[in-house]
Amino acid sequence: MIGHHLRGVGLAALASAALGLSACATTGQAKPDAAQARPARDVSLAAGLDPSKTLDPYPSTYQPLPRENFAVVGATVLTGTDRKIENGVVVVTDGRIAAVGDASTPVPAGYKVVDARGRYVTPGVIDVHSHLGVYPSPGVQGMSDGNEATNPNTAQVWAEHSLWPQDPGFNTARAGGVTTLHILPGSANLFGGRGVTIRNVPSITSQGMKFPGAPYTLKMACGENPSRVYGSRNQSPATGMGNMAGYRAAFIAAREYKAKWDKWQENHEGAAPTRNLQNETLAGVLDGSILIENHCYRADEMALMMDMAKEFGYRITTFHHATEAYKIAPRLAAEGVCAAMWTGWWGFKMEALDAIEENAALVDAPQGSCAVIHSDDAELTQRLNQEAAAALSAGRRAGLNISEEHAIGWFTSNAAKAIGIADQTGSLTPGLRADVVIWSADPFSIYARADQVFIDGALAFDRADPAYQPTSDFELGQPGYGLSAANVTEGAR
Amino acid sequence: MRLSHILAGAVAALSLAPAAFAQSGPQAARSAAGPDEVVAIVGGRVLTGTSVIENGVVVMRDGKIVSVGAGAAPAGARVIDAAGKTVAPGFVAVDSGLGGTEVGSVRGTNELRNRSNTLSAAFDVSYGLDPWSFTLPVARLGGITRAVVVPQHPGSSGGHVHEEDTAGAGDGGFQTPGLFAGQAAIIQLAQGPDILVKPRVAMVAPFGEAGADIAGGARGAQFVLFKETMAEVRLYARNKAAYERAGLRSLSLSRADLEALIPVANGTQPLIVTVHRASDIRQVLRLAREEGIKVILDGAEEGWLVAGDIAAAGAPVLLNPISNLPSDFEMRAARAENAAALNAAGVLIAIKGNEGSTHRAREARYNAGNAVSHGLPYGAAIAALTANPARIFGMEGRFGQIAPGAAADVVVWSGDPLEPLSQPSAVFIDGIEQPLTSRPLLLRDRYRQQTPMPPAYRNP
Repeated sequence: MIGHHLRGVGLAALASAALGLSACATTGQAKPDAAQARPARDVSLAAGLDPSKTLDPYPSTYQPLPRENFAVVGATVLTGTDRKIENGVVVVTDGRIAAVGDASTPVPAGYKVVDARGRYVTPGVIDVHSHLGVYPSPGVQGMSDGNEATNPNTAQVWAEHSLWPQDPGFNTARAGGVTTLHILPGSANLFGGRGVTIRNVPSITSQGMKFPGAPYTLKMACGENPSRVYGSRNQSPATGMGNMAGYRAAFIAAREYKAKWDKWQENHEGAAPTRNLQNETLAGVLDGSILIENHCYRADEMALMMDMAKEFGYRITTFHHATEAYKIAPRLAAEGVCAAMWTGWWGFKMEALDAIEENAALVDAPQGSCAVIHSDDAELTQRLNQEAAAALSAGRRAGLNISEEHAIGWFTSNAAKAIGIADQTGSLTPGLRADVVIWSADPFSIYARADQVFIDGALAFDRADPAYQPTSDFELGQPGYGLSAANVTEGAR
Repeated sequence: MRLSHILAGAVAALSLAPAAFAQSGPQAARSAAGPDEVVAIVGGRVLTGTSVIENGVVVMRDGKIVSVGAGAAPAGARVIDAAGKTVAPGFVAVDSGLGGTEVGSVRGTNELRNRSNTLSAAFDVSYGLDPWSFTLPVARLGGITRAVVVPQHPGSSGGHVHEEDTAGAGDGGFQTPGLFAGQAAIIQLAQGPDILVKPRVAMVAPFGEAGADIAGGARGAQFVLFKETMAEVRLYARNKAAYERAGLRSLSLSRADLEALIPVANGTQPLIVTVHRASDIRQVLRLAREEGIKVILDGAEEGWLVAGDIAAAGAPVLLNPISNLPSDFEMRAARAENAAALNAAGVLIAIKGNEGSTHRAREARYNAGNAVSHGLPYGAAIAALTANPARIFGMEGRFGQIAPGAAADVVVWSGDPLEPLSQPSAVFIDGIEQPLTSRPLLLRDRYRQQTPMPPAYRNP
């Protein structure tokens, strides 16, 4: 996780240069001549005008919920690292996974013991493609904040500035085991804006949900959406080639912008460049501090995007939707690019025509692959385990030998990798954040429900205990509030 | 009468099959079952749609179920071993678009949405259905053998709707001019040139916010307009001769629409009402009572709040159990327990697939499984995919269950059909075994192998 707090800002190269400078300024004596030669230049620039001084302008204020040390015993444990332990033990100390093992694993004295015999334990579910909060429920005008569809390049907008923490969908997602969400802007634009990774805890502010240290991401979109949205306004892009021209022009501008700042930070000659949030985000992509999350359906378009990444010297972390990823599975694995996919969605538009249920299983097959099951949907996010089960089933139907302990990684450890937080969460590995779900049954069964959901070792949802069944402000006092349906209270979902 | 029509269709499909599908090679229907061939599925756990028989024997002949029960296969029968497997009736997709659209965003392939200014109720989806639609084999692999295909309308669950797909595009929204979306049809999903089972089985109308919009913006306008329309239909029905010689006051609907609405007004054709809010459900039930019309509620996300009223009215409900979010103001009380609550109150429910039950119709079985994990008894969930939809659309005993005399729509599953890890190993429709292939499976097979020549040369 080294450098993630820097990466979070975007301009790591600039940032480190700036840190050097400010260290000089504080210590004073390091380079007296230089300091005298350029007395107050760097300090004269207001923080908001200097990218190096605004490393984290909307910092995470996330605090874990109240927690205690505990151990889950007796369950079938799927670790997220291809391992299945019958009658396993998971020990959680100070919000971190402390130990994972078989029944002989010692439980320290004083720890609360959760009896999970007959049940399953997995890492917390991670949804790498969510619009919760930015396209919240209710989906009414006035709350539709996911697409700044006013220009094909809106790399300057940040999803966290649209995120409404009172979206009831966060609660239903948590009841489905979701502990981490990657919230993205929509795909109307070539560059939709920065995504934000959050802890799925109730909060009054988006800062209170922000995953500490998670890298920033940039949403890019291939294909039909940008060209339809802007083409219909007689604007560019109106075609696939227009899309490509738009991305390339933006990266050329960003390179120039980055060079200007790099130069100024080096010698502080002349006036400082004007800060440009759009180019700043793109420059962060170029220096590797901001991860590319690329909405892209077709195999041919993904291939173009990978070539373009080489052209401008950046990396694509994950293709999203990637309905045709199976057609280029070996190349994706070779280049280390994740593909985040549905199982059942197909045919709703031309670029989704060739989607197949086996996509994840086929993408998963080559060595070094990174197959992820995602939702893009407030309902599906509640059941990523079932979407993965359908993918697993299709893979087995195709004759692939895929175990459940492997497939669990499609919405846990691989998902963490796909948004750059695998060193923080995504598997039951000692040292990682204790994001844990206790399922009522095998999570690949349609009947499994998340009984208890822990985030950073804190109980965030308990299906049997109303004290751990949060409702958002929006839900209070609405029709049906406080009533049971089929003898189930509202918060038990 | 209708039954013999269905039978004749099946036989016609059979005799046409070789010619029509000569070029389709492996896709061709596997069975060469003549009318006399007897097929027995033995040893499986049989879900009849109304009960469960362990180690049961299902005997089919002539496109129909001959018998179901314990015992042995009849002598001379073609025996299908279902030991360790589950045998279930084919599922019936409701609120579906199967056969009526290929690619959601390609308008030219959409036969479900009518934008005419002069025709609403008379719109008949049955003319636009395509038996060669690539959506049908995909749905079959999800165990679906029949579907009730409905016209789309504002507020219907059809189509992939995501804000990002319409944002700023300027072509969002629908333009149905009338209160009625048109008439639904029942289809079967067997391979062959004729999928139509029965046209015009129900009229469809949106209520709630969508209906209010059509009427001018408020629910109060829609209900008044609806009652006025029913009055006009009755006036027309009583005075057709006067109408023909222009001796009747002018009416707001076209003659075709008036004619189409007569069976609705006299309560012989059910009206599928898409409605979500509890208060709207009560108003619709009241309207039905006052007008003497038969309604089927579609959606009814807040139905559990007024389950007793729905049960008392005897109105069936087509629902999606996974709708549990207040996605707009008319479904703020949406709960995943809706199916369980309505069923417990005695309401006849059918479970829908996702996104208009076309491309994702196959997910109906998962939706039923989720209803079970949220309190619906397992048997009720199976019935909600099989016997109930048949009953709701007047086909009780003809399909939707494994019972003597019913159409032999039977699916053999590797396990519990509601589990994603289960897959069908045999699908029979009207007694004819269907190929377990689809366009997506052809794509899969093209790309899972490596050859020196490009994938285009691999034609599985």
